Amino acid sequence: MSSNKPHLELSSVSMQFPVKGGVFSALEDVNLKVTKGEFVSLIGHSGCGKSTVLNIIAGLLQASRGGCLLDGREVTEPGPERAVVFQNHSLMPWLTAFDNVELAVRQVFRKSMTKQERREWIAHNLELVHMGHAMDKRPDELSGGMRQRVGIARALAMQPKVLLMDEPFGALDALTRAHLQDSLMEIQRELNSTVVMITHDVDEAVLLSDRIVMMSNGPSATIGEVLPVPLERPRDRVALAECPDYNHCRQSVLRFLYEKQQKITPMPRQGEGQEAASGVDKRQKVLA
Amino acid sequence: MTQATIVASATDFVRQKAALFSPGDVLRALGMPIVGILAFLFLWHIAAQNVATSLGTLPGPADVAHQAGNLWADYQEQQQRAAEFIAMQEERNAQILANNPDAEVRIRSFSGSVTFIDQILTSLGTVMAGFLLASLIAVPLGILVGLNRHLHQAVNPVIQVFKPVSPLAWLPIVTLVVSATYTVDDPMFSKAFITSMVTVSLCSLWPTLVNTIMGVNSVSQDLRNVSQVLRLPFLTHVWKVVLPSSIPMIFTGMRMSLGIAWMVLIAAEMLAQSPGLGKFVWDEFQNGSSESLGRIMVAVIVIGMIGLLLDRGMLFLQRLLSWDKSTATH
Ligand SMILES: Nc1ncnc2c1ncn2[C@@H]1O[C@H](COP(=O)(O)OP(=O)(O)O)[C@@H](O)[C@H]1O
Ligand SMILES: [Mg+2]
Repeated sequence: MSSNKPHLELSSVSMQFPVKGGVFSALEDVNLKVTKGEFVSLIGHSGCGKSTVLNIIAGLLQASRGGCLLDGREVTEPGPERAVVFQNHSLMPWLTAFDNVELAVRQVFRKSMTKQERREWIAHNLELVHMGHAMDKRPDELSGGMRQRVGIARALAMQPKVLLMDEPFGALDALTRAHLQDSLMEIQRELNSTVVMITHDVDEAVLLSDRIVMMSNGPSATIGEVLPVPLERPRDRVALAECPDYNHCRQSVLRFLYEKQQKITPMPRQGEGQEAASGVDKRQKVLA
Repeated sequence: MTQATIVASATDFVRQKAALFSPGDVLRALGMPIVGILAFLFLWHIAAQNVATSLGTLPGPADVAHQAGNLWADYQEQQQRAAEFIAMQEERNAQILANNPDAEVRIRSFSGSVTFIDQILTSLGTVMAGFLLASLIAVPLGILVGLNRHLHQAVNPVIQVFKPVSPLAWLPIVTLVVSATYTVDDPMFSKAFITSMVTVSLCSLWPTLVNTIMGVNSVSQDLRNVSQVLRLPFLTHVWKVVLPSSIPMIFTGMRMSLGIAWMVLIAAEMLAQSPGLGKFVWDEFQNGSSESLGRIMVAVIVIGMIGLLLDRGMLFLQRLLSWDKSTATH
């Protein structure tokens, strides 16, 4: 938020996928400007096209029309200046946490750092996500939350201009998720990195973001509303629960999702209904 | 739960764990295979007595064991004669040198008859060479083909056609090609060895090739995305992402290949009369003495046991090299 010149810009992005018997229009005319150091969340119902937007920014997908600019230059291919934290960690299962980060660090800082500097940098980033103690463990020896931490460390260690995260905490239990959210806020404040994060969790979006980008349902999904979150940082999840601004933001997002963009889902069958009632927030259930 | 029940269930648990490894269980685990083998030997013994061939009744386990002893004795006798032959030469050379210190002396190697053990060693050497050649071709080729969809589509029909070809069909072609092209003076390897090795490679490389292609194809999209985001150069991508990812599948293919290689080799040696266990079997068949059937059966059992050992060896190698221990079972 330091300057108003757009750092990252999506301009009239449309995306069509070839499917059997024609094309499927996933995105239509998506426009978004993100400033340096800003934390933006993308929220929307499952299948609306959030991952598609993120993959276009990452360069893993090419938009059918329109395009993505980073610092005024068009994105045409993936690159380490747009690091991605994938939903299911995407660590190499045969490498230790350290070696997974090392694969990225060696690639990015091959020329600019000595071997010793790289080692220190890797250790530093793993410590940043509180994984210093488990550097020599392989992914199958780590819990889901720890793997995701390593995935984040790998992305941070690349010193990206933009950090892209696709539902990074989606598969984690509530407690682990809260821990990681706090870590992420802390790191972001320290590094002032630009973050675009996909989430399906309303509380997470409000807690972490400077702006929440709400997407309409597909096909031909686009950005419905953009909600600025005017909450002071550092934010404290416990204190925020009482804060009127926080609750107002939350309500705006919920209203968008459940009134304006109601997702027509089939009635849950008996077995599924019980599961939804067992202490899990029903609203989140529909979103997931 | 009270303190007492917790303790009770804990000791229960310990007892169950201990029961898992009790001497009785170990005996049972070893016992069943032993029972199976004994039953097999018994049935063989009974059946053999009732099968009459032109070379007499089919040999039973005892006859075969006896022949195995004979073959071993043959080998030891040859070893002994070789040692004596060398010793004799050395003695003579020493005498010559004593009379005339400037004399040039040589030791000629012993060329006795080829024993069963020699044939085993020849076959083992050939199968290893053939399998190595097959792997050296199939793994890199499989990686290249697996990485390129167009190449895969182009190569696939060729693979499908050649995969089921029997070694007997390859052999004449390989023999002619090797005779025509392998014309070095003072060759390091015999033509028969080259022919057997190439035939083995041609027949056994397909499972490794097909499995390597499948392994490369099944590298997860997530990992490929990571590689793309990092902009890994092609060779780094292959070495750091593709190869480790597909190593379990590659090993599965290589184990199948080694099994095929061993089977093919015996057939090829029989047909081409090139040295090895296959030739031993064929020679005994042609020989047609009363001992031949027993000797052939010794060969059959040895072939089977070597096949098993080769497979176990690959499994061991897989456990050693593959990060994914879960796929390296049986
Ligand atoms: N490669 C593809 N081919 C065809 N359709 C696709 C492809 N990728 C995504 N889609 C479709 O585009 C829509 C948006 O997908 P996605 O971006 O993954 O949604 P989200 O991440 O919001 O859940 C979905 O309807 C999905 O089926
Ligand atoms: Mg998605």
